[in-house]
Amino acid sequence: MSVLVNRATRVLTQGITGATGQLHTRLCREYGTQMVAGVTPGRGGTDFEGIPIFDTVAQAVRASGADASVIYVPPAGAADAILEAADAGLPLVVCITEGVPVLDMVRVKRVLEGSSTRLIGPNCPGVITPGECKIGIMPGYIHTPGRVAVVSRSGTLTYEAVHQLTLLGIGQSTCIGIGGDPIIGTGFVDALRLFQDDAGTDAVILIGEIGGTAEEEAAAFVAEHMSKPVVAFIAGQTAPKGKRMGHAGAIIAGGKGTAAEKMEAFRRAGVALAPSPAELGATMQAVLKGRR
Amino acid sequence: MNIHEHQAKDLLRRYGVAVPDGQACFKVDEAVVAAERLGFPCVVKAQIHAGGRGKAGGVKLVRDAAAARAAAAELLGKTLVTHQTGPQGRVVRRLLVEQGCAIAREMYLGMVVDRQSGRVTAMASTEGGVEIEEVAARAPEKILREAIDPAVGFAAYQGRRLAFGLGLAKEQVGPAVGFMSALARCFVESDCSLAEINPLVVLQSQKLLALDAKIGFDDNALFRHPDLRELRDPSEEDPRESEAAKHDLSYIALEGNIGCMVNGAGLAMATMDTVKGAGGTPANFLDVGGGADAKKVAAAFRILLSDPAVQAIFINIFGGILRCDVLAEGVVQAAREVGLKVPLVVRMEGTNVEQGKKILADSKLDIITAADMLDGARKAVAAAAR
Repeated sequence: MSVLVNRATRVLTQGITGATGQLHTRLCREYGTQMVAGVTPGRGGTDFEGIPIFDTVAQAVRASGADASVIYVPPAGAADAILEAADAGLPLVVCITEGVPVLDMVRVKRVLEGSSTRLIGPNCPGVITPGECKIGIMPGYIHTPGRVAVVSRSGTLTYEAVHQLTLLGIGQSTCIGIGGDPIIGTGFVDALRLFQDDAGTDAVILIGEIGGTAEEEAAAFVAEHMSKPVVAFIAGQTAPKGKRMGHAGAIIAGGKGTAAEKMEAFRRAGVALAPSPAELGATMQAVLKGRR
Repeated sequence: MNIHEHQAKDLLRRYGVAVPDGQACFKVDEAVVAAERLGFPCVVKAQIHAGGRGKAGGVKLVRDAAAARAAAAELLGKTLVTHQTGPQGRVVRRLLVEQGCAIAREMYLGMVVDRQSGRVTAMASTEGGVEIEEVAARAPEKILREAIDPAVGFAAYQGRRLAFGLGLAKEQVGPAVGFMSALARCFVESDCSLAEINPLVVLQSQKLLALDAKIGFDDNALFRHPDLRELRDPSEEDPRESEAAKHDLSYIALEGNIGCMVNGAGLAMATMDTVKGAGGTPANFLDVGGGADAKKVAAAFRILLSDPAVQAIFINIFGGILRCDVLAEGVVQAAREVGLKVPLVVRMEGTNVEQGKKILADSKLDIITAADMLDGARKAVAAAAR
């Protein structure tokens, strides 16, 4: 069991002819993901290493039966690509693109309200159910199938956590990179709800960072609705105020969104905090041992 | 990207938002001429990218040409320290000379992108001239909010709700709605991340006026606003941050002595935290990004080496898209070019890690290798202390 993606997921790539789209379509296929179609307007009728390319998402879905899309379209066209995927009725859209204007995402979010499409990202590494389906740019080989889920605003910090888990012999059910932008499709709470309801997940690692209040909302959700243990880490404990730390969403604004506040919220919710990012795996291991 | 008050007011004027008549000046003589043209009393305002200028003595009311000259002469070149500049302050390089006005009432009006609702949100408060964060902490009920539906835009009824909520007289409500709608249009069309009118004033003549204005833009949207891009003032930015931006690197200068180079913003922040946890202080935040090539890595490395405070460098890479061999090539190239004057600690994991390690070993550079992030942080702290 897993959430969002599995062996049966059929994926199309939007922006398949760009360098990033090509590289990761190839790597995902090598991992075992069913990459069934690509979309690049004006390149319909051609193919990328045997994967048929279409001019529009609607055509690609009709012809390939795709039920998920991954977007590598450059920032200026990324929001439009999400809208096109949603219009074609795809249940899952993963937008990897970094640098999407925030007001574009305001409009996208409005359109997705009440729609059956779930958006992951933008500015995220993607989603992976180890051994079954990898959608995105994460290095596949660090993952192992198992029962611990990971959800994170940061890409490389997710890899760090996954790598530590794998070295400790702890496999992962599904890992979701929700993205580092201020406005994203799927948040921590959405992901936690999926993991709580997933029979294949025993525990969750949540990696947050400074900025916004998503971690506080996640902590409240854990306290009220989660029976499964959660281990958390918040990046940016030493970040200065008022500076954007790489991610568009990672900023302490008006004294709000500090790591200290978020850690306190998790502590109150009974979440085990990893003392350092190097101890994410070990903290989870201790929590799992305590449960047995 | 932030802009100066005078630039923000010019932009607002274009959208029909009422602002005082004024002129940006870079020289004392220019300021005196502007003051005489505008008439007395007028106000001479220091232009820096930080709030709290009034309290720090950066805003002077002048009643004649001699006073205007004295104020301009005092402010230009002065290092202004406000609660937002940090103790080092900011040098004043330009002034805004503005017509004085007779104020009846001060209020607050701001717009931001609210992360929770995912919408542009207008905020208004009767507490003008005070920082909104302070009001939010002390009397949150005094902040009125209206989330703007992107499909509709700022609706007149929302403007009325705010205007009546501020206690404006009924004759002022119509103009206030016009004022707010203009600000909302400016916000959306210019891809703002923040627009603040603080204070928004009612004049004794009953007219509304934006007495101060602060605007920030979404960096990710600047590609579609070449005109706004021109408003960037490099003298307000840290030179290393500007240099990094040219190479599409995300760099933020900090106070410490351990230079950090990391891929990914979250890992970069976590690396800083780990350095701190190991008893050191990071000199910077630096995310080389996922798609970095050897050239970009070399540029990043040069920026770290150009900081005289740096006594050790810690490179922490988890190769995903950025392959370890590419990173290693970049480091070796830059170290050969610039010369490695401080200890270098490298922790590498992920894609092509063995090739990366081999490139570093073959280079014969004096590199301290680390097994994991914590080990690397400890070694960097120890090396910097030596």
